[in-house]
Amino acid sequence: MAEIVRVASAGTLESSDAYVEIEPADEGIEIQLESVVKAQFGEAIEQAVRETLASCGVERARLTISDRGALECVLRARVETAVLRGRGES
Amino acid sequence: MSTKVVKSIREAIGLSGLKDGMTVSFHHHLRNGDHVLNIVMAEIAGLGIRDLTVNASSLFDIHQPLADHIRNGVVTAIQTDYMAAGLGKAISRGLMEKPVQFRTHGGRPSDIASGNTPIDVAFIAAPSADPMGNCSGKYGKSACGSLGYAIPDAMYARHVVVITDNLVPYPLLDWSIPEIYVDAVVSVDAIGDPAGIVSGTTRITRDPVGLVMASYAARVIEHSGLLADGFSFQTGAGGASLAAAGFLKDIMLAKGVQGSFGLGGITGYMVDMLQAGCFQSLLDVQCFDLKAVESIRSDPRHQEISALHYASPTQRSAVVDSLDVVILGATEIDTDFNVNVHTDSNGYIMGGSGGHSDTAAGAKLAMIIAPMFRARLPIVTDRVTCISTPGRDIDVLVTQGGIAVNPKNGELCRRLRDAGLPVIDIHDLKAKAESMTGTPRRLTKGDRPVAQVIGRDGGLLDTIYNVPEA
Repeated sequence: MAEIVRVASAGTLESSDAYVEIEPADEGIEIQLESVVKAQFGEAIEQAVRETLASCGVERARLTISDRGALECVLRARVETAVLRGRGES
Repeated sequence: MSTKVVKSIREAIGLSGLKDGMTVSFHHHLRNGDHVLNIVMAEIAGLGIRDLTVNASSLFDIHQPLADHIRNGVVTAIQTDYMAAGLGKAISRGLMEKPVQFRTHGGRPSDIASGNTPIDVAFIAAPSADPMGNCSGKYGKSACGSLGYAIPDAMYARHVVVITDNLVPYPLLDWSIPEIYVDAVVSVDAIGDPAGIVSGTTRITRDPVGLVMASYAARVIEHSGLLADGFSFQTGAGGASLAAAGFLKDIMLAKGVQGSFGLGGITGYMVDMLQAGCFQSLLDVQCFDLKAVESIRSDPRHQEISALHYASPTQRSAVVDSLDVVILGATEIDTDFNVNVHTDSNGYIMGGSGGHSDTAAGAKLAMIIAPMFRARLPIVTDRVTCISTPGRDIDVLVTQGGIAVNPKNGELCRRLRDAGLPVIDIHDLKAKAESMTGTPRRLTKGDRPVAQVIGRDGGLLDTIYNVPEA
C-alpha cells in the first residue's frame, strides 16, 4: 500500500492535459473533478483515476483534478506521477 | 463648403429618425478592436430608444455590452453571421426571447439587397472619411483595409452614418464607399483599438499535428486535378490553414503554376503568394493583418470587393462561383459531412458561418481541415450539434489520421489514392479517433430555440437550442 504523506502535483493546465493535485486524507478516496469534457467523459475520468490509484496501491487520498481534455493515457500518467511525488518512501 | 459633418453621434442618431422597433446595422472590419457598435448602442440606449434589431456582419467579445442592452429591452433581435463565445454563451443560456438569426456572409447582403431584412440606419466605422462621406478603410491610424461587408449596408440602408477618427479634406480618393450613399459624418477620437483591429502577424502553426494536416491538405490540392494555370484559392486564418497555404505556395512555385486569384479574408500569407507570383490578384472582403492592409493600400492587384460581390447567392454572379479550392475549419463534422462552426461540443454558440457555406457551395473543392480530436472530443460525430454547412457542399475532410472523401466525389477519392495519400472512410476515421478518446456521452439540449441558422438559399438550415444549466 502507498501512503500519501505530502501535497504533490503533476501536469499542467494546457489544453489536452490535466493538472492533478494529491494530498493526504484520513480515509477513502475523495476526488474533486473539474473538466472541460465533464458532460461527455466525467464518469470515465473518475473511473480511470480510481483505477490508477488502486493499481498504485493508494487507498487514502484527496485529489483535485483540473482536466483540460486529456486523453485517458495522459490522465493516468499525471495521477501516477502525483502519487509517486506524494507518497512516503520517495 | 458643403459638409455632412454633425457634432456628435447623438445628433446623428437624432437626425436619422431612428425610432423604437427599427433596425440598425454594423460591420466587423474592426473586429475585436471595434468601439463603434458599443458607442452607438450606448447613445441609443441613452436616448431611450427601445426594441431595436441589431443587424451586424459579425459580433465579437468586445461587443459584450450588447448583453445589457438586451436585458434592458433596447435590443430585442439580433441578425448576424458570426458571434464570438462571450455573447454566444449568454445567448445559449437563454438571454433573448427572440432567437438570433444567423446568416452567411453572402446571405446577409442578399437579404439586405432584396429587402427581406431592411436596415433603417447603418453605422459605418470608417478609418478615413471626408466631410461628404466618401470613406475608406485603407488609411488612418485605425486602418483595417477592406470595408467589403459595410458596402451593402451603405447601399441599401434608409439612412447611413459614417463615423471616423480621421476626417480628411474633400475629396478623399480611393474610397470604399462613395458619398452618394452617406447622410451624415461624425468625427470621434477613436473608432477602435488598433491592437484588436488587425493582428501584427497571423502565425503559421508550429504544432506537429497541425503541420501534418497542412501538408496533407496541400497534397490533396496538388493531386485534385485543379492545381493548374488559372487556379483560384481561399483559406482561413487558422494556424493549420495558413500552414497549408505555405506548403501550397512551395508546390505552386516548384511546378510553375500561375494561379488566377486568391480570395477572402486576406492574410499576409496570401499577400506573400501574390508577391511570389502564385496569383494574378487578390480579391479582398476583409483584411486580417497589417501586411494585408499595407498590400491593399499599395498594390493595385489587391482589390477590395463588397460582400455582395464576394458571396451573394442572388446577384448575377459572385466571386465564390469562380473559386476552385477553399480550405475551411470545423468544430464538428458528421458522417454525412455536415459541418458545425456555430457551436462548441457542449452546444454553446461560439462562431458562425461567415463565408463558410458560401465558399463551400461555390468552390469546386471544399476542404475541411481539422484534428481528429480537440481536447478529447472527436471531430467526427454521428450528427453535428448544429448544421452550419450542409454535407452536400463538402468534398473532403483532412485530419492527421487520414483523409475522408465525401462518397459523392469518387474521382477525387481515386486521384488521392493513386497519389498514395492516406484515404480513409469517414466512419473508420470516427472509430479511429474514438479508440483514442473513448466515446463521448451525447448531450441533451434544451427545449427553447435560441438561434436559427438560415442557409445561403434563405431556407432554415438548423435551429440552435438553449444549453440548460448543469
